[in-house]
Amino acid sequence: MPKSSSVKAPAEPGRLSVRKTYKLYIGGAFPRSESGRTYLVDGDNVALASRKDARDAVLAARAAQPKWAGATAYNRGQVLYRIAEMMEARRAEFTALGVRSSELSAAVDRWVWYAGWSDKIAQVAGGANPVAGPFFNISAPEPTGVVAVVAPPSLLGLVSVIAPAIVTGNTVVVLAAGPQVAITLAEVLATSDVPGGVVNLLTGRYAETAPWLASHDDVNAIDLTGVDHPDVAIELERAAAGTLKRVIRPVTGGVDFTADPGLRPMTALLETKTVWHPKGY
Amino acid sequence: MFEYAPAPESRSVVDIAGSYGLFIDGAFDGGKDGNVFKTVNPATEEVLAEVAAAGPEDVDRAVAAARRAFGPWSALPGAERAKYLFRIARIIQERSRELAVLESLDNGKPIKESRDVDLPLVAAHFFYYAGWADKLAYAGFGPDPRPIGVTGQVIPWNFPLLMLAWKIAPALATGNTVVLKPAETTPLSALFFADVCRQAELPPGVVNIVTGAGDTGAYLVQHPDVNKVAFTGSTEVGREIARAVAGTGKRLTLELGGKAANIVFDDAPIDQAVEGIVNGIFFNQGHVCCAGSRLLVQESVADELLASLKRRMATLRVGDPLDKNTDIGAINSAAQLTRITELSEIGASEGAERWSPECTLPDRGFWFAPTIFTGVTQAHRIAREEIFGPVLSVLTFRTPEEAVAKANNTPYGLSAGIWTEKGSRILAVADKLRAGVVWANTFNKFDPASPFGGYKESGYGREGGRHGLEAYLA
Amino acid sequence: MTVTAAAELSDLRSFLHGLPGVDKVGVEARAAALATRSIKTSSKAKAIDLAIRMVDLTTLEGADTPGKVRALCAKARRPDPADPTCPPAAAICVYPAMVKVAAEALAGSGVHLASVATAFPSGQAPLEVKLADTREAVADGADEIDMVISRGAFLAGEYTRVFDEIAAVKEACGGAHLKVILETGELATYDNIRRASWLAMLAGADFIKTSTGKVTVNATLPITLVMLEAVRDFRARHGRIIGVKPAGGIKTTKDAIKYLVLINETVGDDWLSPDRFRFGASSLLNDLLMQRTKLTTGHYAGPDYFTLD
Repeated sequence: MPKSSSVKAPAEPGRLSVRKTYKLYIGGAFPRSESGRTYLVDGDNVALASRKDARDAVLAARAAQPKWAGATAYNRGQVLYRIAEMMEARRAEFTALGVRSSELSAAVDRWVWYAGWSDKIAQVAGGANPVAGPFFNISAPEPTGVVAVVAPPSLLGLVSVIAPAIVTGNTVVVLAAGPQVAITLAEVLATSDVPGGVVNLLTGRYAETAPWLASHDDVNAIDLTGVDHPDVAIELERAAAGTLKRVIRPVTGGVDFTADPGLRPMTALLETKTVWHPKGY
Repeated sequence: MFEYAPAPESRSVVDIAGSYGLFIDGAFDGGKDGNVFKTVNPATEEVLAEVAAAGPEDVDRAVAAARRAFGPWSALPGAERAKYLFRIARIIQERSRELAVLESLDNGKPIKESRDVDLPLVAAHFFYYAGWADKLAYAGFGPDPRPIGVTGQVIPWNFPLLMLAWKIAPALATGNTVVLKPAETTPLSALFFADVCRQAELPPGVVNIVTGAGDTGAYLVQHPDVNKVAFTGSTEVGREIARAVAGTGKRLTLELGGKAANIVFDDAPIDQAVEGIVNGIFFNQGHVCCAGSRLLVQESVADELLASLKRRMATLRVGDPLDKNTDIGAINSAAQLTRITELSEIGASEGAERWSPECTLPDRGFWFAPTIFTGVTQAHRIAREEIFGPVLSVLTFRTPEEAVAKANNTPYGLSAGIWTEKGSRILAVADKLRAGVVWANTFNKFDPASPFGGYKESGYGREGGRHGLEAYLA
Repeated sequence: MTVTAAAELSDLRSFLHGLPGVDKVGVEARAAALATRSIKTSSKAKAIDLAIRMVDLTTLEGADTPGKVRALCAKARRPDPADPTCPPAAAICVYPAMVKVAAEALAGSGVHLASVATAFPSGQAPLEVKLADTREAVADGADEIDMVISRGAFLAGEYTRVFDEIAAVKEACGGAHLKVILETGELATYDNIRRASWLAMLAGADFIKTSTGKVTVNATLPITLVMLEAVRDFRARHGRIIGVKPAGGIKTTKDAIKYLVLINETVGDDWLSPDRFRFGASSLLNDLLMQRTKLTTGHYAGPDYFTLD
C-alpha cells in the first residue's frame, strides 16, 4: 500500500486539507491523460500517460520548436533565468516533496548556469573555418529539433537533462520519473516565460511510452539518461535507429549530476551547419 | 567544330598486381579461407586484380592487431604521431599521379577529378589532422582528451581514397588504431594506402585494411573489441549499423545519403548557377551523397535557366575516365547502373519529362548519359529517393518560403545550395535549411578544415575540421 | 533597331543594372577548369592554324616607324616564309599615323588593317577629336577601327554618354568594322565588364575587345569568358553576332589554345572564326609558329629560327 500523502500540507486540526491533482504538462496546459488513467504515488493520484499523450506531446513540441529556436539566444537565456527565479521562489513546494535543500539549490543554480550558455555556446561550438580557397566558411550549431527524454528521478537530474536541451532551441518531451517533483517543476515552467510546448512532461511508466517516442518519425533525438534497465535501453536505441535519431545513452552506474556537466549535454543535441560563400568583388 | 583528340593519361604510372591480400599487422597476407573477389575497371569491365575476401577470422586478426598496437600508439607523444601523419601526407603527394590513375581505373571517375580533387584533398586531410595530433588539449573537448581505442571504419566506393583519408587521418591523430574496410568495388587504393603506411614506417597494426563485401563490414562493426564505428554509405545500411551497435556502448558516427536541394532564385548569377548545378549533379557521375539532385528553380526564371542548363549539358564529355578531357566517367558498377536506370524509368513512367544531350556512350563498361527530368513534383520518387547517379530532378517554386519548405521536405538533410545575389536572402534561407552543409553561390566544395555531415537521416557526427576530432575522443 | 533594343535603350541604366550578376569566384573557377583541357596532336595542329588566322598582329609604340610597320605587314602576310601552308594572320593593328604605310604593304593580301583610334589608349579627348581620328584612319585605308570607351564616363555612371560616343564613332567608321575596347582592367569588376559589353553591343560594336595592352591587367580567361557569355546572350536576344577580341598578355600557344577551348565550350562553332574572334598580340605569333614547326617536324623549335619583326 502506498503511504499517505501527509508530506504536503501540515494537518490543521478541524480542517480537511485540499489535495493537489498531478496532471500532465503538454503544450503549456495541464491535461489529464487522454486514457483517463491514474496511478498512486505516495498517496497521490498521478496521471498515467499513454502513447496518445506522448503523441500529443510530440505535436506540441514540434509546433513550438521553430519559434523557440528562432527566438534570440539572449531571449532564451532570459527565459531560463526566469525559471531559476521562479524555482527559487517556490523552494517550499519542492522541499515539501522531500527534495533536499542542497539539491534544490544545485537545480536552481543549474538553470542559471545554462541560462548563461544560451548566447555563448555558438561561439564555443562553432566558428570560422580557414578553408584553402576564396570562401567565407562558417560552422554554427543548431538545435536538433524535438528531443524525447527519459529523465532520471532526482530534481537535479531532471533539470540537468531539460536545461541543456532547451537552452539551444530544442523542445522536449520528458518522461519523468519522480512525478510530483516533475509536475511541480512543470508548474514552475508554466509560470515562467517558457512558451507552451517547449517543455512537455509526462508522468507514468517510461517503459510504456518511451518506445513510441523512440520509434516516432517526428522525434529527432532521444536522451536515455533515465533508463535503468539495460535491455530497455537497447530496445529503445534500436527503435531510434529507424529514423537515425541522435541517442544519448544511459551511463553505467549513473551520472553524477553534481559535477560540472561540461558541453556534452548541449552538443549532443546540436547539429553543426557549415555555410560556404565565395569572396569576390 | 573543335574536336579534341584523345588525351589519355598514362596508365603506366601505376603498377597493379594480379592479386592482393589483406593488410594486417603491417603485412599483406592472403586471408584465412583463401576466398577472393575480382575488382573490375567499370569503364571497360576488364578485371584489374583479385583481392582477398576477409572472413571472420581475418577480421578478428585485424582487430587483435589494432588492439595490440593501440597501447603504444596512443602512448606516443602527439608530436610523434603528427610526424607519421605528415610523412603519410607527403608520400601521398609524391605518389599522387599514380594514386589518381589507380582511383580512376578502379572507380571509373574522370582523371581530372581524381587528379585535381580527390588526391589533393586526400593529402590535405592528412596534413590538416597531422597538425592536431599534439594540440588536442586545445580542441575544446576537455583538458585531457583520450583516444577511444580500436576503430572499425567502413567506407563507400564513390571517393575511395578520400573517404579513407576522412576516416583514418582523425582516428590516428587522436591516438586510435584502425581497421578499415574499403568498398567491394573499389578496394585497390586502400591497399595502395597500406603500402604508403609501410613506406612511412607506421608501426604495424596501427592501420589494418580488410577487403571484402558487406558481410565483412557487418562483422567488423559488430566485433566486440571494436570501440568506435565510423561508416559512410547508404542510409539503409546506416540504420542497420545503428541497430547493431545498440547496447554495445560503441561510439558511432554515420555519414549517409542525401537528396539535396539546389535552390536558384531569380536574381542568381545565372552563368555561375548553371555551373553550380552541373557541378552539383554531374561531378563524379552524381555518385555523391551531397549531390544537388533536386534543382529548385524560381518559376519566373525557370525557362531561361533550363535553356542554359541544357546548352551547358551538351558540352559535357562522357567517356574514357583516363582521358584528361573527360567530364563524366563510368558508373561504378553494373548494380549501380541498374539502380540508376530503374529509378530513371520510374521517373519517366510517373510522368516527368526526361532529357539528355546527344552523347555517344562506349560499348563496353557501365555508362549513363547526363539526364534531367523536368515537370517533377515532390511526390515523384525521383524527387524523394537518392539516385546516386547523373540524374537531376527539376522542380519550381514561387516564393522563398516555398523553396525552403520543399528543400526541407525530405528525411535527408546533408547539404543544400542557394543561388542569389541578395545577401540577406542567403543568410535567411541558409538559417532555415535543415542541412549540415549549405553552399551559397557555390556547390560541392570540400576542405579538411570544414566540418561535413548531415541532419536527420543523413547521419550524425561531423568529419573534417575541429569538429571531426570529437568522434575519436573520449 | 529591334523593339527589345529600343526598350533597353529607353532606360539604359535599369537595363544594364538588371543584367544577372557575375560571381567572381565562380567565373574564375570555370575558366580555370576549362584551362585544364588537354589539346594534343591533330587538334593542336588545327588549333594552331586557327589561332594564327585570328591574330591581330599589333605594334602600338611611340617608336613605331614605317620600316617597323612594313616588316610586320610582311610577317602578317606570310608568317612562316619557309612554309607556304602556314596561313596569314587576320590583321595588322597600328596607330592612325601608320595606316597609310600599312595599307600599301598589305594591298591585295586579304589581311585586314586595323587602327586604334579615338585618342587611344586613354580615350580622354573631346568627341570631335575622336571622330576626326577615326575618319582619318578609315580614309587612309583602315577597314577595322579599335576604339576605346571613356572608362571615366562609364565608371561615373554616364552610360548614355558612352553609348552616344560609340554610336558616333560607329557612324564615322562608315564601312569599317568597329571594335570597342572596354579596357576591362580599369572596369575592375566582372559586373562592370558584363554591363560594358552590353552597352557597347547595343551601341553598335561589331567586336568587343578587352584591353589596350597599356594597363596592368589585360586580357584574362575569365574576363573573356564573361564577354563571350555576353555576345552569346546578345545573339539570343537580338540575333546579331558580335565578335570578341582579347588583347594583351597572350604570349604562348598554350594560352591561345585555352581561349579557343573557352570559345568552343561557351559559344561554340560560330565564334571559331577570325571574323568573330581575334587575338590582339605580337609575340604570340612566333610561339604559334614554333609550336607549329614542332608538330610538323617532330622536334622542338628554337627562337633563332623565327623572325623578330
